[in-house]
Amino acid sequence: MSQITDVGPTENSRATTLNNRKPRPDRKARGGALLGLLAWVIGILFVVPILWMLLTSFHSEADAATNPPSVLAPLTLQGYREFFGASTGASPWPPLLNSMTASLVSTLLVLLLAVPAAYALSIKKVEKWTDVMFFFLSTKMLPIVAGLLPIYIFAQNIGMLDNIWLLIIFYTAMNLPIAVWMMRSFLAEVPVEMLEAAQVDGAGLIRTLKDIIAPVVAPGIAAVSLICFIFSWNELLFARVLTATVAQTAPVFLTGFVTSQGLFLAKVCAAAIVVSLPVLAAGFAAQDKLVQGLSMGAVK
Amino acid sequence: MSSATTTSAPTDARPSAALRRSGDWARRAPLLPALIFTIILTQLPFVATLVISFMNWNAYYPDERGFAGLDNFRRVFTDINMRQSVVTTILLTATVVLVSLALGLGIALLLDRKFAGRGAVRTMMIAPFLIVPVAAALIWKHALYNPEYGLFNGLLSAVWKLFGSDSPPQPDWISNAPLISVELALIWQWTPFMMLILLAGLQSRPLDVIEAAKMDGAGTWDIFRYMTLPHMRQYLELAGLLGSIYVVQNFDAVFTITSGGLGTANLPFTIYQTFYNEQDYGRASAAGVVVVIGTIIIATFALRTVSTLFREEGGR
Repeated sequence: MSQITDVGPTENSRATTLNNRKPRPDRKARGGALLGLLAWVIGILFVVPILWMLLTSFHSEADAATNPPSVLAPLTLQGYREFFGASTGASPWPPLLNSMTASLVSTLLVLLLAVPAAYALSIKKVEKWTDVMFFFLSTKMLPIVAGLLPIYIFAQNIGMLDNIWLLIIFYTAMNLPIAVWMMRSFLAEVPVEMLEAAQVDGAGLIRTLKDIIAPVVAPGIAAVSLICFIFSWNELLFARVLTATVAQTAPVFLTGFVTSQGLFLAKVCAAAIVVSLPVLAAGFAAQDKLVQGLSMGAVK
Repeated sequence: MSSATTTSAPTDARPSAALRRSGDWARRAPLLPALIFTIILTQLPFVATLVISFMNWNAYYPDERGFAGLDNFRRVFTDINMRQSVVTTILLTATVVLVSLALGLGIALLLDRKFAGRGAVRTMMIAPFLIVPVAAALIWKHALYNPEYGLFNGLLSAVWKLFGSDSPPQPDWISNAPLISVELALIWQWTPFMMLILLAGLQSRPLDVIEAAKMDGAGTWDIFRYMTLPHMRQYLELAGLLGSIYVVQNFDAVFTITSGGLGTANLPFTIYQTFYNEQDYGRASAAGVVVVIGTIIIATFALRTVSTLFREEGGR
């Protein structure tokens, strides 16, 4: 999608607009302020569940389960202590580490496969490259659940159930189509004429990579990594079916956290916060990359 | 970017066929690992699913394994739960996608204006999408919907108390409106997604044209109706399509909030249950095949949408 490049005429016409027509600035300003206020109200409504989760995670279990809610109850770290196994002894570290391994390694594998593929689909194009692109996209539309059963039976037969590498391989397959689409849209912007000129000038491969390709591709790699990491970290269905005690990931661990007895709300809120932290951190750190990633590179 | 076919043919001075063929393979080489990996891991399982769907295979009765013909498909189409879950899937996906699209467009329009704290509101709006889906579902179920200590009923109590009443309404949200409860939690998570894509679309509008229209005396509504909406059409389609791809496969919210009970079981959940709990591999596979065929039909239309976007980019 094209960016807004020509600012010149816009500035001019804005100036003339201001000179020619003054449409009751008072009323307009008040309307603008009201709309700004409305945006704030909606933003707050959307963030309230998260704030409530954060507040509850710092309350004691007794204060977390009152009605009406005790907003001003004293703060405590008890919920977090419970999450880290203070009374049950069940440590959340193995599942958290499993999630980290599965997300990071699969993201790395995705990059290793997607970058060369995107190169063959944008810079030195193979024949029928659009068909290939749509093949990748179509795999994203197939319902994952329909392929899960044979994978489960296969893994059972070769003894790969409850093995983190099985998850890594399938997370790679799950994210690869998105990554190929995204990387292609970035590589499509590499100035091919400059590549050819560099070749004529006898610039080495490393200089070409550093000076011409890297500036365009580096943001692409960042966006792809971010999205693949988030999707792998969030995944539940595969992890639930294919892992048990050894290789279980953080989302699976979370689902086993709710007990039928006793109070658990503060503990669950603390757990939800801890498990979401990596995604929140990555997402906020790269807000602008998020859009490109989510739209598979179609929107920049 | 010129079209793909014209780039190589005329410039090559037609070297020997063997040389050209080796050049083709050099072009293809970087693509092959990704392509082969994807084919093996996404297509082979579906072939296996297709085979199993014609088999009588229940892990609880391993001795009775054999060829079943179309039995599994007959059972899928006559199973009332399966038919119900088709309806639920359509309802759930359509509601979540349409409502989040509408909300996302409204919020994107608000955020497209300049006001104090715009960046902060944008950040707040993105946050729901960055909560791990299972965690979000758990929070909605236990911290918000819970009839005894959830925030919704807690607020009702607080407001009623404010007016001196001791008997506030305390509905059991999930039991009273199970599907809406699931939908609401999903809309909360997916509105930011729609908003982000639509906001990017709004910000790519040709501002000079809009300014010119304003100068010619076009009203706010006219500009929205005749300039913003047509420009936004492709972004709305893209957001709707991508949202549908993800929401139709939703498992986490249904699994966590209602465990598929009270008529909220969608197809992913029902298939999961048929194979994971009932261990009926044959029937689960048949259901999977039916879903895949349905998806292919819908996806064909969806892909047409993307390919128009794609052609516009290609022709740039």
